[in-house]
Amino acid sequence: MESFRKVTGVAAPMLRINIDTDQIIPALFLGGTDAKGYGANLFHGQRFMAGGSPNPDFVLNQPPYDQAQVLLADRNFGCGSSRERAPKALREFGFRAIVAPSYGGIFFNNCFRNGMVPVELPIGQVREIADEVQSSGGRGLVTVDLESQEVVSPSGRRYRFEAPETLRQMLLQGMDEIAMTLSRLSEINAYRAKDKARRPWAY
Amino acid sequence: MNSERKPRTFFDKVWDDHLITALGPDTDLLQIDRLVLHELSGSQAMRSLREAGHEPMNRGQVFTIIEHLISTRPGRGPTDSVSVSGPVMIETTRKASIEWGFHFIDYNDPRQGIAHVAAPELGIAFPGATLVCCDSHTSTNGGVGALAFGIGASEAEHVLATQTLAQSRPRTMRVTFAGSLAPGVYAKDMILALIGQIGAQGGIGFATEFAGPAVRDLSVEGRLTLCNMAIEFSCKYGFVPPDEKTIDYLRGSEFSPKGEDWDRAVAYWRTLPSDDGATFDREVTVDCSQLEPQVTWGISPQQVVSVSGLVPDPSMAVDAEARQLGERALGYMRLSAGQSLAGVPIDVAYIGSCTNARLSDLRAAAAVLAGRKVKAGVLAICVPGSTPVKRAAEAEGIDRIFREAGFEWHESACGFCGHIGDNRFADLRVVSTTNRNFEGRQGPLTRTHLASPATVAASAVAGCITDARRLA
Repeated sequence: MESFRKVTGVAAPMLRINIDTDQIIPALFLGGTDAKGYGANLFHGQRFMAGGSPNPDFVLNQPPYDQAQVLLADRNFGCGSSRERAPKALREFGFRAIVAPSYGGIFFNNCFRNGMVPVELPIGQVREIADEVQSSGGRGLVTVDLESQEVVSPSGRRYRFEAPETLRQMLLQGMDEIAMTLSRLSEINAYRAKDKARRPWAY
Repeated sequence: MNSERKPRTFFDKVWDDHLITALGPDTDLLQIDRLVLHELSGSQAMRSLREAGHEPMNRGQVFTIIEHLISTRPGRGPTDSVSVSGPVMIETTRKASIEWGFHFIDYNDPRQGIAHVAAPELGIAFPGATLVCCDSHTSTNGGVGALAFGIGASEAEHVLATQTLAQSRPRTMRVTFAGSLAPGVYAKDMILALIGQIGAQGGIGFATEFAGPAVRDLSVEGRLTLCNMAIEFSCKYGFVPPDEKTIDYLRGSEFSPKGEDWDRAVAYWRTLPSDDGATFDREVTVDCSQLEPQVTWGISPQQVVSVSGLVPDPSMAVDAEARQLGERALGYMRLSAGQSLAGVPIDVAYIGSCTNARLSDLRAAAAVLAGRKVKAGVLAICVPGSTPVKRAAEAEGIDRIFREAGFEWHESACGFCGHIGDNRFADLRVVSTTNRNFEGRQGPLTRTHLASPATVAASAVAGCITDARRLA
């Protein structure tokens, strides 16, 4: 699994609430069983005009945000559909971190398994960072450091964030989650033997 | 009762009974009783499992149903799909599921249906089960008292390989639906009203128990509708703890326990409801006695009003963010603040999806449609939630009522709930029994209004958004 420790990059402000995974990647582009090939259709409905040309009003079409590695958003980012192509599309576009007040729960978990960290900061702090970014014309870079659990704004203001420790370690080290779980097989089997005697209908 | 034992919620009991071990301060490794796969995301999970060189751990606990991309066209073939990549995904899923020996329900199986309709129908979901599926509406199965939640494809791959899943323990919320519903008001109206009240983000980090007299009065099918839309307030888990209705509903289903196992299971299920005095991290109450049919006007399910209501003025929204969303919604939906929602002309009426396409839903719509016609120029489509629902409706003559009214009558699948390639709803206004009114959800520039089956049927007849109780 892809690891993530730290990124310093362009941060794109998209401060809207409830940006759902249908917006992030419409169902039309979920085809195929491949792990890759979704970045080109990221935010398709907003990024492209009806004829397929880039929509100049959309932030990710505007330099330097077209090179963004950090996304700044408002609450409930990634709500809705469980589609893992949503974090995959963001990652393929180049994003390594999202900074928002809250996330859809399924999307939140999916990010950690796709080399990307969903950072939770209060909206006031996200806005402060976005204001600095925008007043620099997007050239002021933002750092997200999963090791020290800090976001650093272009002017150097530091914001501490929390992340679930197990998922944080998994992402920092790029661990193979299945191998990790299988290393506990004896515990799992002991649980299952006991549970099967109690709830045989579940097996 | 052990006096030292703290009263526990349904959620605590089920979570604790599935706890294999704590992986850290905030993450538990849980036993997963049922994994349900489908051809859209299931195919991805199976492919990456194979590429990683793993084998499924417990095939008997895995069920695959062909339902997401398969065509709803009457007379459909084994790989028919409006999605360009549908045929290969269906075929890959079919092959791998058969090869690995999962329970497999194909497109032409008489048990086939949308996963969250079929799983409770067949007893794949049951009280106290942990059930996961690569679909955010998996919480539907909470309607029979399962702890069911949507997961990503990587998580599904982990379940395939280990039959376990690492999850953070959510906090608990109880939503009490007080009072009783007036005639013509349904579970869909209850859940839309709740989302309007607490917002589309109101359930983040929570597991929600639906309680109160109006929930107890609901049929199991109504409870499935209620739990279906938990994710629309960003709550992964929604459930109604089991009662005698749940037990009656599951008795005799194909995958329900049999014989002595049934008696043991029922005895265990009866211990699961929240204890008296159990406390929740958050309590919410929705008054049902004054509740009217609900219709969404915007691009988030939280943007909802009574069918007799007015499109709200975004400047009156609770905060600046909601105001911005409101303005965006008015633009997308081509509506004006202060406009009456009833009377807005529609192009399409759609009855389908894991939310509202069960037999009771089709009956409610048929009661409105009987002896009436869909307004000229309105495209009306019904996609039953499962093949058993379709057959049962046909046995009652409901299909005839729909057809004679002017509805198309399709085979069961996820159908037109999400836009996977069919452009029939492009740039049209749809009143729909589905669960999402997101921008582009049902097609490019499609403007979706969510409502109950009765409201959709009445709107189809009138050609505009209409209160079924006032249909001339």
